[in-house]
Order: sequence, then C-alpha cells, then structure tokens
Amino acid sequence: MARLKLKEHVINREWCKGCGICVHFCPKKVLELDSDEKVVVVRPEDCICCKLCELRCPDLAIEVLSTDDVPAAPASDDDSQDDSNEQ
Amino acid sequence: MAIKDYLRQRYFPHMWCPGCGHGIVLNALIRAVQGMGLDKNDIVMTSGIGCSARISGYVDFHTLHTLHGRALAFATGVKLSKPELTLLVPMGDGDALAIGGNHFIHAARRNIDITAIVMNNRIYGMTGGQFSPLSGIGKKATTAPYTTIDSNFDVVKMAVASGATFVARTTAYHVLEAVDLLQKAISHKGFSVVEILSQCPTHYGRKNKEGDASSMMEFQKSKTGKLGSKALEKDPTLIPRGIFVDDKDASEYCSAYDKIIETAMKGR
Ligand SMILES: Cc1ncc(C[n+]2csc(CCOP(=O)(O)OP(=O)(O)O)c2C)c(N)n1
Ligand code: SF4
Ligand code: SF4
Ligand code: SF4
Repeated sequence: MARLKLKEHVINREWCKGCGICVHFCPKKVLELDSDEKVVVVRPEDCICCKLCELRCPDLAIEVLSTDDVPAAPASDDDSQDDSNEQ
Repeated sequence: MAIKDYLRQRYFPHMWCPGCGHGIVLNALIRAVQGMGLDKNDIVMTSGIGCSARISGYVDFHTLHTLHGRALAFATGVKLSKPELTLLVPMGDGDALAIGGNHFIHAARRNIDITAIVMNNRIYGMTGGQFSPLSGIGKKATTAPYTTIDSNFDVVKMAVASGATFVARTTAYHVLEAVDLLQKAISHKGFSVVEILSQCPTHYGRKNKEGDASSMMEFQKSKTGKLGSKALEKDPTLIPRGIFVDDKDASEYCSAYDKIIETAMKGR
C-alpha cells in the first residue's frame, strides 16, 4: 500500500470535548490538548496518517486528510425531527 | 457519500459525556454503513431508552426512538412489513438485557433479519449509575455502595443459547474490528448480535476507580483477547473477542413467513 501523506487535520472545535482519547492513543504523539481543553496538532510532521484518532473520536471532531482523500462534501440537512426527550 | 452525510449534524455536539464509548460506537457504525455503500434511505434504526439509545437521534437514517427495552419489538414490526429494509437496533446493556431481556431472547429465537448492537458499559448511564445485569459481582454502583452481589449475564452466551445466527464481540478500543464485525453482522441474513464493550467514564469509571476514558479503553485492550490468539490461549481470564457463531443455513423469519403466506394463498 502506498504511504499516505498528510494534508491536514480538520478539527471541529465546537464538537471536541477534550476527552483526550486521540491524544492518548496517537502512536506518534502528534496531538495535544490546549488550554481550552481542545485538541491541537503539535507535531504534524510525525503523523503517519493511521487515522486512528479520527476513528476513535467519540465526538467525530477530528478528520485526517491525506494525499488520496477527497474533501468531504457538505452534508445534507433536509429533515427535521422532534429531539425532545423526556426520560 | 461522506461520513458526515450519515449524521444529523444539526444535533451536534451530541449529548454524550466527554470520552463516552457510545460516541465511538456511532463513529464505527456510520463507517461500517458507508463502507458497505448502503443507501441511508434503506436503513431503519429503532432504539429504546438510555444514553446508548440516543444514538438514533444522530444518524440520518429512518429512525424510531421508542420504549425502554422494546426497540426489538418495533424493529420486528418494521421488518415484517418491509423486509427489504435493513434494521439496526443499538441498545444499552440495561435496555437489551434487563427490561428488554425477553424481547432479546425471542427476537434471537425467531432468527429475524435484524442487527442488534449491545453497547455494553455495564451500568445504567442515563439514570445515574445503577448496576445492570452486566455489571457483575464486586462492582460499585449508586445502588451498590458496598459492591454488587449479582452475577452478570454473558451477552454472547445468551445470544448463542437463544438462537442468534451471527454473534460477535468487540470493544470501543478495537474500532477497526468493530467496523468489520458490524459489516459482517449487517450483511448476515438472520438475527445478528454484536456486543461492543463501551466505557461510561462518568458513572462506571468513576465509581470503580477505572480512571478516565483512555484508561478504561486501556482495560478494553489489555483484558480482552481475540479468538484463536496466543494471548487468549495463555490467559483464559481474558474476555474473548471475535465471531462466535456465523450460521448461514438457518431459516430466516421473514422468508419463512413468506412461505406461509404462499401456502395460505394457494388457489386464490
Ligand atoms: C419503562 C421504563 N423504566 C425505567 C426507565 C428509566 N431508565 C431510563 S434509561 C434506563 C437504563 C439505561 O441503561 P442502559 O440501557 O444500560 O443504557 P446506558 O444509559 O448505560 O447507555 C432506565 C432504567 C424508563 N425510561 N422507562
Ligand atoms: S478524541 Fe475527539 S473529542 Fe476527544 S479530544 Fe480528541 S478530538 Fe476532542
Ligand atoms: S493519524 Fe495517526 S499518527 Fe496521525 S495524528 Fe492521528 S493517530 Fe496520530
Ligand atoms: S453517563 Fe455514561 S453512558 Fe451516559 S453519556 Fe455519560 S459517559 Fe456515556
């Protein structure tokens, strides 16, 4: 398999809850939490594009774009649902 | 289709606590569905009540957020009326095996083509950390300040004994394995059960001094072993992961029902 090259980490700071899972399990220590408890990329040059941070993020807040990825198309937002929950 | 197109992004950030394993199950599930190239309009998700059950609000499939323990009954109704649809039923351990235990065993016995996903965090997360039938002996919970004395069910053995024709187990830590097992379960024609060990750092983790989400996931890594692996052979106390049953020959419920209709309609 061809080696993937990093384009960028796309981080959604609104969605990231600072759980630290991506930081803890990154095999190359590429990521850290900043003073706002949000994930930041500190060593992009070490990233091997394994994408485990993206796969293990419980908040779907981090995406790893590499050489053979096409950027995500804008999502549809076409229905509405009553999201109230009395439990 | 991009991963995010399978989500109802307007409800994000979601309601789960930081580090909740249920978010990783959601992540794995939409990747499984994307990888299979399924059309989201061909998928129906029914869920009951619990932190786990809230997953149905976040996926852009047809969804029914129903009654505690009863998601499989709703799924059975949908499947029998529209057998061409793919039915996904994520459940918490309490939802699936406490209040919903009866529905679980009977759906498995019928071998109806539904994929049940047990998001097992060994506690009632939503209601504040009561012990569940999956907690096991010697665990702390709000309802067991001096530790539990109840034995736990084994989800896999329960599913196998009840007649499920595809049964597998993995964890939130083993996310690639989870994607693979979910795809196999969804492709399987019959009742599939995938147990995914999930972490509730807020209640189970805190009460049982298992640390934060990452350290709970370290437990998922170190305390489980793949079926057929050396690790599992050496240490039989590890919780086995992998595929336990994959029976492709058993009769599926909707197909059997179609035959009954054919017989009954003969000559008409
Ligand atoms: C009929 C009924 N009984 C009890 C409840 C209260 N209740 C809500 S969620 C829940 C348990 C949730 O635990 P679990 O299914 O393990 O899911 P988790 O929240 O841990 O993901 C209970 C008992 C309810 N909503 N409805
Ligand atoms: S795993 Fe996700 S939510 Fe947790 S710190 Fe990383 S990006 Fe943020
Ligand atoms: S892709 Fe892999 S190496 Fe790169 S930041 Fe994520 S976990 Fe670390
Ligand atoms: S209470 Fe537990 S199960 Fe519920 S969202 Fe929080 S961590 Fe997850």
